This record gives sequence, C-alpha cells and structure tokens, in this order.
Amino acid sequence: MNSEKVVFAFFIVLALTLNFGFVVGEFSNPDHHNAFELFCALVVSLIATVLKFGDRTHIGAVLLATSLVADLQLVIAAVVWGVSVYGMGDGLTPVIMADIVSLTSGALVANFASVILLITETAMLRR
Amino acid sequence: MQNIIFVILRRIRRPLIALICAYAVSIMGFTLIPGADAQGNPWRMDFFHAIYFVSFMGSTIGFGEIPYPFTGGQRLWATATIYITVVTWLYAIGSLLSIMGDKEFRRVMAFSAFSRQVRRFREPFYIICGFGDTGTLLVRELASRDIACTVIDIDETRMHALEIEGLPVTTPGLCADVNEADALIAAGLRNRYCQGVVAVTNSDSTNLKVAITTKLLRPRLQVICRAETQDTAKNMASFGTDHIINPFDTFADRFGMLFHSPAMHLVYEWVTAIHNTPLKDFLVPPRGVWVLCGFGRFGKAVRKHLSFEGVQTRIIEANPHGTQTPDGAVIGRGTEADTLREANIENAAGIIAGTDDDTNNLSILMTAKDLNGDLFTVVRQNQRSNDALFSAAHANLIMQPSTIIARSILSLIITPLLTDFLKLARERDEDWANILVSRVTGALTESSPQSWTLKIDAVKSPAVTMLLDEGTAINISHITTDPNDNNRRLQCVPLLLKRGHHLELLPDMETSLQNQDQLLFCGVDPARLAMKTTLRNFNVLNYVLTGIDRPSGVVWRWLTRNKTATPV
Repeated sequence: MNSEKVVFAFFIVLALTLNFGFVVGEFSNPDHHNAFELFCALVVSLIATVLKFGDRTHIGAVLLATSLVADLQLVIAAVVWGVSVYGMGDGLTPVIMADIVSLTSGALVANFASVILLITETAMLRR
Repeated sequence: MQNIIFVILRRIRRPLIALICAYAVSIMGFTLIPGADAQGNPWRMDFFHAIYFVSFMGSTIGFGEIPYPFTGGQRLWATATIYITVVTWLYAIGSLLSIMGDKEFRRVMAFSAFSRQVRRFREPFYIICGFGDTGTLLVRELASRDIACTVIDIDETRMHALEIEGLPVTTPGLCADVNEADALIAAGLRNRYCQGVVAVTNSDSTNLKVAITTKLLRPRLQVICRAETQDTAKNMASFGTDHIINPFDTFADRFGMLFHSPAMHLVYEWVTAIHNTPLKDFLVPPRGVWVLCGFGRFGKAVRKHLSFEGVQTRIIEANPHGTQTPDGAVIGRGTEADTLREANIENAAGIIAGTDDDTNNLSILMTAKDLNGDLFTVVRQNQRSNDALFSAAHANLIMQPSTIIARSILSLIITPLLTDFLKLARERDEDWANILVSRVTGALTESSPQSWTLKIDAVKSPAVTMLLDEGTAINISHITTDPNDNNRRLQCVPLLLKRGHHLELLPDMETSLQNQDQLLFCGVDPARLAMKTTLRNFNVLNYVLTGIDRPSGVVWRWLTRNKTATPV
C-alpha cells in the first residue's frame, strides 16, 4: 500500500463529496447551501492540487489540470459570494445564489472528472 | 533540466499544504467561536471577515479586532492562531529560500539563462572552452575587435572573473564541464552564427573531447585546439581538427629562428604581438653551449630546434628516467649552484630555465646569473599571476605558454592572411627581414604594432568598390593616406596582397587595387581606424584621391562643379 496514494485519493474524493454536498438542494435557495461546506470544499480542493505538484506521469498532469479547474471555479464562487454580500451590499439574493451554485456545479464536474481519472489510474495498476 | 522543476514542485508541496491547513483551521475557528457586536448581541464572524482578519494577522500586519472588539474566546483563538500562522509562514518561506539557494537549482537556472542568451545571438561568435590565462587573453582581444564569444569553464571563480571583466561586447559565460556535449550545445555549437570552437583548457584530454564533439556535431565548423603532447596533437589531427597549437613547439621554433635570423624573429614577434604591449627589442643570442634545465615537453622541443640550428645543449634534469633524458645529462633540479657548476655554467653561453614550476625557474635564473653574469637567459613562465616576479627577474626572453597560444589563435581568427604571410616570409633571407624591420619601425611608436586584414568588397569597403566599378584607379598608397591631411601617410605597412590564389609579399605602394583583393597591414591602431573610414566613406576616399574635400550636398556640388572637374 502506498500511503501517498491513500492521502491523495482521500482528498480527491473528499473534494467531490463536499462539493456535491454544497450543490444539492434547491438551486437558488440560500438556506440549502452552507458556507462552511463551500469553504471546506475549497480548502480540500487546494490541498488536492498541491498534492499533485511534481507528478511526472501523464495522468498526474491531467489530474493537476482538473483540480486546478475545480479550484478556479470554487474561488470564483467564493469571491462572488463575498463581493455580493459585503462589496455591493445586495445580500444573498436568489439570483446571486444561483450564480454561486452554478459555478460550484462546474467545479463539481471537474472534481468528478478527477475521481474518474483516479479510478482509471487505479484500474490500470496491475498490482 | 526538467527534473529540477519537478523536484522543486515536490519540495514545495509540504510547505504549501501546511500553509493551506493553517489558514483553513484559523479561519474556520473564527467563524465558529461566538462573538458579540457593539451592542453586546451575540454575533458570529462570517467567512469574509474571518479571511480578512486571518490574512492580516498571519502576515503580522495586525489592524486590530475587526469589526467588533473580540470576546474572550475569540482572543484565546486569535492567540493560538498567531503562533500557528506565523510559524507556518516562517517554515514555508524558509523552505522556499533553501530551494532558491540550492546549488543544483542555481546551476540549472544559470544554464537556462546562458542558453537563452546564446540563442538570441544574431552575430558571428566563437565558443571559447577554458577561461584560464589563455582564454582570458583571447576573449579580451576578440572583444576589442568586436568579435563576440561564449565562454565555458569548469571553475566558478573564473566565471566570476568573466563577470567583472567589463568587456565591450556581450560575453555569456557558463560554469560547466565541456566534456558534456550539452554544455557545448548550450554555448551555441548548433547555432548557425557560430564561427568556430576554441579549446584552450589546461587538460589535453578535455581539448580532445571538445574537438571530437565539434567534429561529430558540426563537421564543417573550425576547431582550434591547444595540445601539449605530440600524442594528443596527432590524435586531434587524425579526425580533422583545423588548427592544433602546441605552445612548446611554437616557442622552440621561434627561439631557433633567433639563431639564424634575429630580424625575422623580430618580424614574427611584432606581427603576432598582443596589441598595446611594449615593443620587443632586437635580440642576438650568443653561440656556444647552452644549459637547459628541465627536459620535459618544453625542454625536448627546445633541444630539438636548437640542435637543428647547430647549437649544443647541456641538460639538467631531476628525473632522467621518467623524461628519457639522453646520457651525459646532469642529474638535479638546477636550483642549486652545485648542479649548475657541474653543467659548467661558467663557460656556457646561455641558460634556459624550462621546468614546469615557476619558483624553481626563477631560482635557477637567479643562481645561474650569480655564477655567470654574462649569460643569455630564457625562462619559462607557467602562471600569468607571476608576471611581476618574472619582469623583475630581467630575463632576456620569457616564454609564456598562455600568451603564445593566445597569439597564435588570434592571428588565426582575426588575420587569417598572417599565416600565409609568415609562411612566405620564412622563405626570405635575413636581409629581406632587415628591410622589413626598418620599414615597420619607421611606421611605429613605442607599443607593438597591430596587424589587420582588409577586403575590397561591397560590404567591407563600399566606397572603394563603387569607384573601382566606375573605372577609377585606386592604389595602395591612396588608402594609406591620412584622411585628415593627404600629404601625410598613415602609420602602417602593407605586408601581403592576396588576389585570387596569388600572394604578393610586401606589395608596392603603386599597386592598383582590384575587387576581391585582400590586404594584410601592420601598423598602429589609429591607422587601422582611419583606413576603415577611407574605405567606407565616399567623400573621404575622394579627398585622399584628389585632395579636394568633395561637397556632399547636390547643390554645393553643382556650385563648385568647375573646381571638381579638374582634380589636383
């Protein structure tokens, strides 16, 4: 057993589950989307990205790319949240919430792709 | 190259994750701990404020308790997180700095910066392998002629020396082993502006490796190598190395020349001198028996050439078996009076201190002078850093391998015609050399002359080709006229004229020039620069031809048309 693989798989899957947990619920209802969950998803996704630094394999490079996409989407969602509530002072309107959730849904797809790549890599392993 | 980037990325993983975790935990803590607003109502920090607070706290900026004064619990957490974040930052920055300071990392950065610089070269350049005494001299001289170089040397301190050299042209340097082909390629071996490779490291095997690498990767490229043993020289010649320079042979050959033709020796010394060095004097070595200390590569070469001149030598050698010294040699170093007396120094004509140790050579020289004040002294100087000592020792002739090699290479690169000239000059007699010496002396000041080549073509001398095409006759005397005063001559002497395959030694001043002619001159530097102007500037050329300062504007030319119609 390779502990590096365990840690990496843990973070990749956790990023997906947290992201999923944030997205589920009524699309534009702020009550259904927890800020803590978004924060955790972002942090876990960042850690998963850093874990892929310096991987020389092709699949490692693709994993780095997908998790960078997820980071980007989540960061934009968090910025939208912060700007709309504190910057513009609009509060968390259903329109803004819909924007945030659609951005995080994008990140969800990227995280999903990461997990699929992870499964493929594992399946290709002969041991 | 790629490896190091992956290694760096791997190494910054841990500090980055530590930073992310420290920030995540701190921020999360602030959003969970209950606080109170200005009115004392329960209030929880949101993510926005938590990130804001932790950001300025972690970087130790500290704007205070925002947006409301903290409760006890929040202060407790803030105290803990101050330590967590600050320590994590120190750790992360420390790791990053240690990567930056990593020797391997810096080597890779230097390598890529070097090859990028070389790739951007858009002018002809030479690759110089080895930046020791010889390399330094070479690069300096080439740079003063606006010829660019790239330099590789294995020693880092020499690269620092290159940095502070303050050369007039960009000279990228790399600290690397030239035995690796990668280093040569980075230095521009495959670059189409590369004119040649010069291998002047102090190791014969390295020079050999450079020659082989170059001949394999760029067979047509000119390769000039230093070789100190016959074996290496033959090996280099076997696969077509263009020029092989053996400092000992070169010196011994010139030294031998001193015996049968001192004037010719002087001509050789002058035309191949490094410029701005003091002018060499006439030397006449005494005939008789010479004492030769040290029978290594240098001693063997000198003995060979001296016996060719009919001069007898008596050898002093400390290790007669290792050097295959002929019988009858005195065993010893020659630094002691006893050994020198045994070699009958009192009745010798001259002494040659030719060991590979500078201190010993100086000691031999001084002891020998004590025993016989009339000796003609020749000394070998291995290190240029001993310049002051050797000039204080007042030897008649100092043999510096590095200078000899640098001079030979420079004449190959800057003035290829010089090789032809020296070959032809050798066939002439002493009287001819005397005439040449007196002619050159007439054109000179105190410092050594420069030699330069000029070619009559549209690129190098557009003004001359233009007038030649119009049918105007231009003589050598015209282009050697001072462009500031056409009654005066420039301080230079034409040495050789090359027309097609025909070579003419010391061409007559009235010889008219033709297109594609190549001329070799010897003279002072201002003369070279003045001649350059004459060849390029149509008005200046017209002045030296006619003595009339030709108006450059059309209107003025029209106004003075009657004057120009009748050239003086």
